[in-house]
Amino acid sequence: MAETKTYREALREAMVHELDNDESVVLMGEDIGVYGGTHLITDGLYDEYGPNRIMDVPISENGFTGAAVGMAMMGMRPVVEMMTWNFSFLAADQIIQNAAKVRYFSGGQVEVPLVIRGPNGGGVQLSAQHTHSLESFYGHFPGLKVVAPVTPNDVKGMMLTAIRDPNPVIFLEAGALYGTKGEVEEGDNAVPFGKARVAREGSDVTLIAYGRQVNLCLRAADTLSEDGFEAEVIDLRSLRPFDEDTIVESVEKTHRAVAVQEQWRWFGVASEVAAIIQDRAFDSLDAPVERVSGAEVPGPYARNLELMAFPSEKQVTNAARRVLYEEEK
Amino acid sequence: MSAENEHSEDGGVETREDGGAIATSSERLVDLYRQMALIRAFEEACQKGFRQGKIGGYLHVYIGQEAVATGFLQAFEEGDRVITAYRDHAHALLLGSDPKEVMAELYGKGTGLVKGKGGSMHLFDVERGLMGGYGIVGGHIPLGVGIAYAMRYQETDHITQLYLGDGAMSQGAFHEAANLAGLWGREGQCPCLFIVENNKYGMGTSVERTTAMTDLAAKFDAYGIEHEKVDGMDVEAVVEAAERVAEQVRETGKPYAIEALTYRTAPHGAADFFENYRTKEEIEEWRERDPIGMVEHKLIENDVLDEDKLEEIRDEAKERIQEAVEFADESDEPPEEELYTDVYAGEDEYTGEA
Ligand SMILES: Cc1ncc(C[n+]2csc(CCOP(=O)(O)OP(=O)(O)O)c2C)c(N)n1
Ligand SMILES: [Mg+2]
Repeated sequence: MAETKTYREALREAMVHELDNDESVVLMGEDIGVYGGTHLITDGLYDEYGPNRIMDVPISENGFTGAAVGMAMMGMRPVVEMMTWNFSFLAADQIIQNAAKVRYFSGGQVEVPLVIRGPNGGGVQLSAQHTHSLESFYGHFPGLKVVAPVTPNDVKGMMLTAIRDPNPVIFLEAGALYGTKGEVEEGDNAVPFGKARVAREGSDVTLIAYGRQVNLCLRAADTLSEDGFEAEVIDLRSLRPFDEDTIVESVEKTHRAVAVQEQWRWFGVASEVAAIIQDRAFDSLDAPVERVSGAEVPGPYARNLELMAFPSEKQVTNAARRVLYEEEK
Repeated sequence: MSAENEHSEDGGVETREDGGAIATSSERLVDLYRQMALIRAFEEACQKGFRQGKIGGYLHVYIGQEAVATGFLQAFEEGDRVITAYRDHAHALLLGSDPKEVMAELYGKGTGLVKGKGGSMHLFDVERGLMGGYGIVGGHIPLGVGIAYAMRYQETDHITQLYLGDGAMSQGAFHEAANLAGLWGREGQCPCLFIVENNKYGMGTSVERTTAMTDLAAKFDAYGIEHEKVDGMDVEAVVEAAERVAEQVRETGKPYAIEALTYRTAPHGAADFFENYRTKEEIEEWRERDPIGMVEHKLIENDVLDEDKLEEIRDEAKERIQEAVEFADESDEPPEEELYTDVYAGEDEYTGEA
């Protein structure tokens, strides 16, 4: 059974599911309770579960994230909301120095079943300090799991998996898509980490993305289709663990690949994708792997500059045409 | 609160209800009124621009809090510096930034105060002393302390006015920076005036719900910084405190903190639709003490200006802001080459390659 729901509803449903099933689950964050959450993800939960489980906290990201790590070490399962991921830099010390590593440097004596979630990415003129896509930043650190679901079904299924995971999970939501709708399976639809999703099948070129850029790739695929080229679109959805096989299988079929990301190109996920393809599918390639990324500048405010700073459909279709040795448009 | 008796230009000494004496000539009060009316008109135009989709991103207006920055910036002297968070339009206007350029910034135009690159939260006018608006709560506080240190290191007698919200005081950055200020201030090396704009809420969370010790001024005790509170809705009280305290900070090189008790009658930001964290009655009560309304009342009561004259001042402000809106609307977006400028300083041209 499936029902049409928004990304927001699906996300909330997963948290409610686990709040109901597991006493050790608590939600924590700025303005998530009385206020209902700045993105209304947790609206109404405070009244239902009370202040001990839906915890409003002061503006002190480093402090409350660290406290959540401590709770997790004691067997609680905190789900921390970063009002936006931009504020997680304040908590990065706790996330990287404690959450990611305490299991290792304690010789396996403790676990950190912690989820940190919130909207990731830019695109609505929030300018430099509020425009970040943090997947490679967090993906860099062993000990963290990093996921970025884009469909309502995946956001629910992956949140269920995240809360049950005994490790710290960086849960990067497509903030711009909270209101978008899709089919969501009823009940427990846990989606495993480390398994990419083929969002569109095709035989001529593989477009690889995650988060909001998956939708961009799907639009680009439609445009390419008008010219007679069928693109396969792969939604990575889980970045650590990472599904190499799905990419390799696709490239063995299409012989061409374009990796798309919103974040800056240097040291990013797309570079990792390109490296994996040349490692494992070198002989299948008919063209060098292309990367499409955000411009190497802090997020600008002005609309025209911001649009230039983000990957566009045209950039994706042209990158695809380049690997197909076709004329750019 | 220690309020000294001071004589106003016209020789009169007025007494506030709480016994503190304030001295404001009629002329000056009218001038303060004019400044606050300009801010109010600007902020209302911003709200309209946001609704029309002309302004993007986040928008935080200063409605209700005008007396705070207006009062404190009366004590601003050339060479002083001001730093604040994202609720920064008033600070720019009061320091003399052209309303046209400020509005153009919000409209994302190349003629904007920071070329359309920062928007509402990041107003800078370094020439006039504004060291910026910042978007990460608490993030600017250490900068302000460093700026103050630099002033003494560079052997000037300038001071820094460092504005912060009640919510920002929960951040580690605040506590670390206040500690540094106290420490450096011992040697007279940190002329920093902390101005806590306590508007009772950080977004939807009241002060009572963020700290078990709600006397915000007294938190500075922990760092050896003297402090007091001021009625942030009463512009004359703010001016009195500001001038006295700024002088002291300038002379001693020691930090000082003032908690201004104020209220934003507007929503937190443009996306704060429901405001279910406070009651309509509470907002109404504070509207009664609207800083602009209180001055109007006083000007009428003292027969300084009548309703018509007040309206004339408000209309003048609105006209000036209307010109700013038109300027912003008609200006061009930043040229595309601006995308890669200002990323790095120095002679080398940057084109986006690492
Ligand atoms: C580090 C960080 N966390 C959260 C936010 C989101 N946020 C923006 S304004 C705000 C409230 C700040 O309150 P306060 O310091 O009292 O200033 P006010 O808005 O009342 O002027 C919050 C939580 C942010 N910008 N930065
Ligand atoms: Mg506040």
